[in-house]
This record gives sequence, structure tokens and C-alpha cells, in this order.
Amino acid sequence: MATRTIRVDLLTRVEGEGALDLQVIDGQVASVQLNIFEPPRLFEALLRGRSYAETPDIVARICGICPIAYQMSAVHAIENAFGIAVEGPLRALRRLIYCGEWIESHALHVVMLHAPDFLGFPDAIQMAREHGEAVRSGLALKKAGNELMRAIGGREIHPVNVKAGGFYRAPSRAQLAPVEQSLARARELAVGLVRWVAGFRFPPFERDYEFVALRHPDEYPIDQGRLVSNRGIDIDIADYETQFEERQVAHSTALHSAVRRRGAYLVGPLARYALNFDRLPASVQTLASQSGLGAVCRNPFQSIVVRALEIVYACEEALRLIAAYEPPPLAALPLAPRAGTGFGCTEAPRGICWHRYDFDAEGTIRAVRIVPPTSQNQPSIEADLAAVAAPIVDQSDEFLRNSCEQAIRNHDPCISCAAHFLKLSVHRT
Amino acid sequence: MPKRKPRLAVWKFASCDGCQLSLLDCEDELLALADAVHIAQFTEASSAVEDGPFDLSLVEGSITTARDAERIGEVRRQSKYLVTIGACATAGGIQALRNFADVREYVAAVYAVPAYIETLATSTPIAGHVPVDFELHGCPINKVQLLEVISAFLAGRKPAVAAHSVCIDCKLRGTVCVMVQGIPCLGPVTHAGCGAICPAFRRGCYGCYGPMESPNTAALAREWRSLGASARDLKRAFRSFNAAAPPFVSESEAHGD
Repeated sequence: MATRTIRVDLLTRVEGEGALDLQVIDGQVASVQLNIFEPPRLFEALLRGRSYAETPDIVARICGICPIAYQMSAVHAIENAFGIAVEGPLRALRRLIYCGEWIESHALHVVMLHAPDFLGFPDAIQMAREHGEAVRSGLALKKAGNELMRAIGGREIHPVNVKAGGFYRAPSRAQLAPVEQSLARARELAVGLVRWVAGFRFPPFERDYEFVALRHPDEYPIDQGRLVSNRGIDIDIADYETQFEERQVAHSTALHSAVRRRGAYLVGPLARYALNFDRLPASVQTLASQSGLGAVCRNPFQSIVVRALEIVYACEEALRLIAAYEPPPLAALPLAPRAGTGFGCTEAPRGICWHRYDFDAEGTIRAVRIVPPTSQNQPSIEADLAAVAAPIVDQSDEFLRNSCEQAIRNHDPCISCAAHFLKLSVHRT
Repeated sequence: MPKRKPRLAVWKFASCDGCQLSLLDCEDELLALADAVHIAQFTEASSAVEDGPFDLSLVEGSITTARDAERIGEVRRQSKYLVTIGACATAGGIQALRNFADVREYVAAVYAVPAYIETLATSTPIAGHVPVDFELHGCPINKVQLLEVISAFLAGRKPAVAAHSVCIDCKLRGTVCVMVQGIPCLGPVTHAGCGAICPAFRRGCYGCYGPMESPNTAALAREWRSLGASARDLKRAFRSFNAAAPPFVSESEAHGD
């Protein structure tokens, strides 16, 4: 048996730290492991004993790229435990700030982290020398998303305005007016971005994923819905633990999620899109079909197109919400803590972010479980890697390494969130 | 001969990535910055990873593993200037709550097989391990201050970053004091830099920029008590994103177990 070892010390253009281990025996991929060595920060332990009122600020710190996802799943869980539901203009404001996070996070990934893979650059800054307009458009989109988050949340990273029951202070219509103007321009830039990425060359690669996402009676899912899959799952978010389990593996500080008795599944843009295409406005559906996509996309390399389409959607949805916005009479609904358990699940840019909290009568956390999107996707990413690597194991180490890194970036993994991710080493025996 | 561009590196330890994201969030300045400096190492943004030495290293995150305690030493050896960015690197971060607990119990609460997890009993700031040239506060840092710090170090001058409390910024902003409206606020003891956002949103500052220079935390705690805050409220307030900052550690310990 011939032995060959390739090692990459740190996966780049992902959020957080991890490595990849690829075992090749006699020209066949024997095993693939994503090694997440991001140091665990132990949020589920440190949250115990904290007040419900502090929770949105603490869980935001799980992720600097998608703090709103953590804040929103948490406030929904708190309200669920205390028996209230936030609807009307307060809910619209929540969906609005969440649109800002989708725009900011997706623009960062599409232009700064993922596009360089397709065009052969190490980063967006080098890419800007030949594709300056595209990079500047991407930055302008990201800026528009951040402006929206700042207008409602006070700042784009770890916004300060979200609380259980609603907000500390609701914005006036006048405060949203400048954002409306930049979003209208952002919507046009996003359409241009879709056309640009749709023109990339995509490897002819598809996998038969079990997609899991939220589904709402009449909206593309962001903050509410039932948990559904393309293989028959259709449950209330409170029943997540009856259908899904987390397993700990020796090679990762991230826990691996699986559908009980079935295995790997996929969350994120491909899943949301496949399960909710009919919930997209006609404008976005038309843009998708002009970009060569059907109602389902199983090629993870084309996730970049789906993300760009979701930016268009988020811009349109934000514009719709702003046009309809009337400031609520109260910035937050009154809350009365009580002992009990609450569940929250919302669509982070990378996929569903599920939370469960047990509170005592004063609203102090007794136990908490948080399932971030990347730990749910880790088994599917490993399966993608095995499938991507199998036909090219005889190619050069560098080609193999680049292909594997790209296969990982397809899913926009957020390793900081999941640790509880990537050095690449290929062992050939 | 063209002047050599200064070499910049960005490093990550235990953190949420938010502070290094602040650099990518400089949408209007990023391409100009990339012209002024050579970004030699920034793995979140680039696959081009170069070896040192570096003129300026920006360090995000706290030290929570034996491997990271060794790695920060190597970063220091390769860096002319080392600047910490954010509350994790400067004061241990929210993960420093383990410093007041039994980390084995913490790990067991999260993982079914704790033996697979290698972590230290404490989360400590970078300055606890290596000399640091400047500490930029905040959870997250302010990107305008970040650009000032980068510019200052590359120009060989001291960064113009105010060390006063959030109170001064509320006055400058014209925000009516929330304490006088009965809302407990950490602004009087908290380092400025955020722009005094929370009081402008009618909530008390929650101290995410950490302690200002010589804060009178005891006097503030008495004010909080007169507003009805409990010992537990005070303990929680001083034990958050800058839990390992000494003035906040001692004040938190003054309010029961």
C-alpha cells in the first residue's frame, strides 16, 4: 500500500477554527473527519443561574456574525415559557432586523468568503483587482444589512435593543426612512449579484440530502414556522428532541446532530429554498429560474446562488415591512416569569438555530440546550467531502485540498457557534 | 525603491469572531486599508497565509486551552506590536464565568463524554500570558476605534482612544441619564467607546466595554441598591462579558456567593 499524507493546518475563509482529516487507502476514500478544535466556551453551562432578562445579550456572544439568530431564538423560547406571543408591529420589527442579519451575513459569505473559490483568488481583496465592481457591490450590500441592524438594534454586532417581550425602544418611521433608501439600492445590487454568481462554473455534483427547515403557512421562513423535511418530518419546534439527536464524537468540540434512526440532514439556504420555494415572491422565483435553478437545488456549490437569491428576498421583505410599519404602542409586552420550559427555533443565515430553556419561578435559567446550525450540518459536510474527494483522489494534493476546502465553504460553516471546526490533513495509505 | 508595506496579522483564540468581523465591517475603508498594509495572515478572510514576522498583530479571544497558551507566545515572538481586540482578549470574555465555577462540572453539563474535551480551568486575558502593547476594549470593539488603533501603531504614535466612562459620552450625546429615571446602569464605571448606545435605547449600560480607569464600583453598587437592585442582580451585572477584569471581579465578590 502506497502512503501519502497531506496536511493543511487551518481551514480559511470560515468563521472559527477547525481541520479536516481525509484517509485514503489504496486510492479509495476510507474516512473523512472534520476536526473542530475551536475551544469550547461552554455557554450551556454558564447560562445556568442567569436571568431570562440577561439571556438575549449573553447568547448573542455565541456568534459575532449571526447574533440576531441567537437573540431571536432565545426571546421566542422565553416568551414560550412565560406564555405570551409577540405579534403585530413588534414581530414585524423582529423580522426586519433579522432581514438585516441575512443581508449582512450572506453578502459577507457570497462575496468575501465563497466567490474567490470560483474565480481562483485567495481572498476578496485580491479578487477586487480584477472584479472591483463586484467586490464593491458586495461591500455595499453588507453595509446596507448592517445599517438596518444598527437602525433597530443600536449596533450591527451584538445589538443592544432586543429583549424578551419586544424591544427596549421601538424606532420611529423617520428613523427607518434612510434605511429604506439604502435597501432599495441594495435590492438592485443583489439582483446584479445573483446574475454574477449564476455565471460561475459549478461542478456537476448533487447529493440527495434530507433538507430540514422551518415552514410557515404563508411566509418564506425566518422567525416562525413548523419544522419540516423532504422525508416526512412535520413537527412543532417543541418536538425537535423527539426527531433529532446530538452525538458527541472524539474528533470534534462540536456535537453532531442526526435525525433519529436515519442520520445526516442539511439545514441552511439549500434546505429553506427547497422546502419553501412556493413561499418566495414571484420576483425571486423568476430570478431563480433565469439563474438556471429549479424549485429544488441539490448541488451544494450552487448554494452561492441561493444565498444571493435570499439576499434579494431579504431586501424585498425588509422594504415591505418598512412600508407597512407603524410604531407599536408599547416597545415591549409585559412579561411575568413563571417556572417552565420554553422552545425557540428561527432561521439563522446558516440554518435553524434551536433553543430550549428551563426556568424557575423567578425566571432564572435552570437548564439550557442550544443547537446551532453548523453542528447540525457537520455530518452532511463530511458526507459531501467524501463524495467530492472520491473521484479526484488521484489528483494533486493541492487540487484535492482546494476542492475539499471549497466543499466545506459551500455550507458557510460557523465554527465559533458550533464548538461545542478546520486544519486539512489527507492521509494516503 | 517603494517603501515596504507594514505586515498585519489577525489571530483568533476563544471568541465569537465578532471583533475581527469589525475589520470586515469597515466596508468603506477595507480596500484602502488593504492598499496601505500587507495583510499577511487573516484566516477568516483569506487563504493566503504567510509566516511572520509581523509589524502589527491584532489578537481576538481569550486563552482557554494549553495549546492556545503556547500559541500566543509564538504570536508574541513574531510580532513587533501586539494589540488585543475586544473583551475576550482584554478581560477573558463571557467564557471567564468558568473562573468562578468548577470547569469539570461545566464540561460535564455540555458534553456526554467530558474526557474528549481539553480545556483549562480558567479563561484568561492575553496580557496574563504575554506583554501587550495596547488593549482595545469592547464586546464588540468599535470599528472606528479599531481603524484609529491600526493607523496609530503604523504611524508610531499613541492611539487616541478615550479612557473615560460611558457617562461622559451620554452627556456629549445629550442622552438623559437613565439612572435618574430609576434604571440601574453600569455607565458610571464602564469604559467609553461604544458611543453610549444602551442609555439612548432607554436601557442601562451592561458594561460590555469593561471597567474604566479607576472605577468606583462600590459607590455605584450602593446606588443600584437604592434603586431596588438585589445582591444577585449586582453579582450578575459585574459578572458578564468582562468577568475577569479585576475591578469587576472584586465588586462581584462583594455581593454574596
